[in-house]
Amino acid sequence: MRCKKQTPSQTVGPFFSYGLTPQQYGYDHSDLGNGDLVTEGTDGEVITITGTIFNGEGGEMKHAVVEIWQADNAGNYADVVVKDRFSGFGRVGTGRGEDPRYRIRTIKPGSVDNDQAPHITLTIFSRGLMHHAFTRLYFSDEVEANAQDPLLQKLPAERRPTLIAQRVEEEGEVIYQFDIHMQGDQETVFLEF
Amino acid sequence: MDMKPFTPKDNESHPPLIHPPYKSSTSRSPSKDPIIVPQTISELTGPTFDHSELPEHSTDLTMNGRKTGEPLGERIIVTGRILDENGDPVPNAMVEIWQANSAGRYIDSEDHHQAPLDPNFLGAGRMLTDKDGWYRFLTLRPGAYPWGNHPNAWRPPHIHFSIFGANIMTRLVTQMYFEGDPLLQYDPICASASEEARVRMIADFSLEHTEEGFALGYLWDIVIRGPKATPFED
Ligand SMILES: [Fe+3]
Repeated sequence: MRCKKQTPSQTVGPFFSYGLTPQQYGYDHSDLGNGDLVTEGTDGEVITITGTIFNGEGGEMKHAVVEIWQADNAGNYADVVVKDRFSGFGRVGTGRGEDPRYRIRTIKPGSVDNDQAPHITLTIFSRGLMHHAFTRLYFSDEVEANAQDPLLQKLPAERRPTLIAQRVEEEGEVIYQFDIHMQGDQETVFLEF
Repeated sequence: MDMKPFTPKDNESHPPLIHPPYKSSTSRSPSKDPIIVPQTISELTGPTFDHSELPEHSTDLTMNGRKTGEPLGERIIVTGRILDENGDPVPNAMVEIWQANSAGRYIDSEDHHQAPLDPNFLGAGRMLTDKDGWYRFLTLRPGAYPWGNHPNAWRPPHIHFSIFGANIMTRLVTQMYFEGDPLLQYDPICASASEEARVRMIADFSLEHTEEGFALGYLWDIVIRGPKATPFED
């Protein structure tokens, strides 16, 4: 039975970069995860997922962190065996520059079971966010699979598009554009499990 | 891989998403309730880490930033266990910490507080819990620092913690505070959690973990989501 209660969550604050995303921000410390999940042994279609995180006033959020967790191209989550080829885990900051956005080079995941459409779990941390926000990224070119996906089907139809990343091809690079809106008319669907 | 369902997020323990006394929460946190969805393999799995991913001296923040000598400040040992709600230890959990130096200044280039940087202090570390869920860092007591949230606003000394447990649902980022700190009652971030819950972020001084002639000990256990005791519980 439950004899302990959960430790409260607190904001990641503004000054995490040398600890959580040191290489990206130029600090002399190693990364636990970064924005490039593709190694020599990785199979699958190489893609870039990128986007801006917007606050309730429509402003771009600098200094936010996005973590991803995803299956490999065959739909397997990394255990000790597949981790060498593909860890499935990435972490990047949105940066402090003019165009704050996250950018992650990865591969398009396979379907993880018979029901679910290919997807990536995103976890968002930021100053002003007292508890991280979970969401899922689905792919715009998976129309049929998305139409069958149990999670997407559970959502009000008008909010489903907030979880669909738009595929664009630029100079041979496959980019999925996925903006995140913390609030407002286009507020992204955030999830709890 | 263990695919037992996990306990839900305990909303009485965590702060509300929007807590107006902490100003930036009003526009940067979701305004709609999250949608509760079933736990699938995507949530019952998560990244795993091993010791090869730990840099040298990663549990000793008095060592890992040295350039010319020892960093200045009061040495402290911060230790405790990662537990789940059943009281079971969480082994092999990744624990990352980051903090201000003893003068209350972060190494982060956007921290403009007029307090000295310490050339020998990075302020970040990480480790994996042992088989009984224990973590242990040697560091310096961080200083308090001012911030712009309201007039004469000061953050109480704190250490930021990030934890990865058995799967992504157990993810936690939090802050550890120090027993007896007079600034705690004025801090809207700490006070975003209920009075009952906020005590669970406060480390206690521990003579048992104090090392004679060397460093004061502080004990702080962290509780994250764990497997449901039975599939039928609540
Ligand atoms: Fe801080």
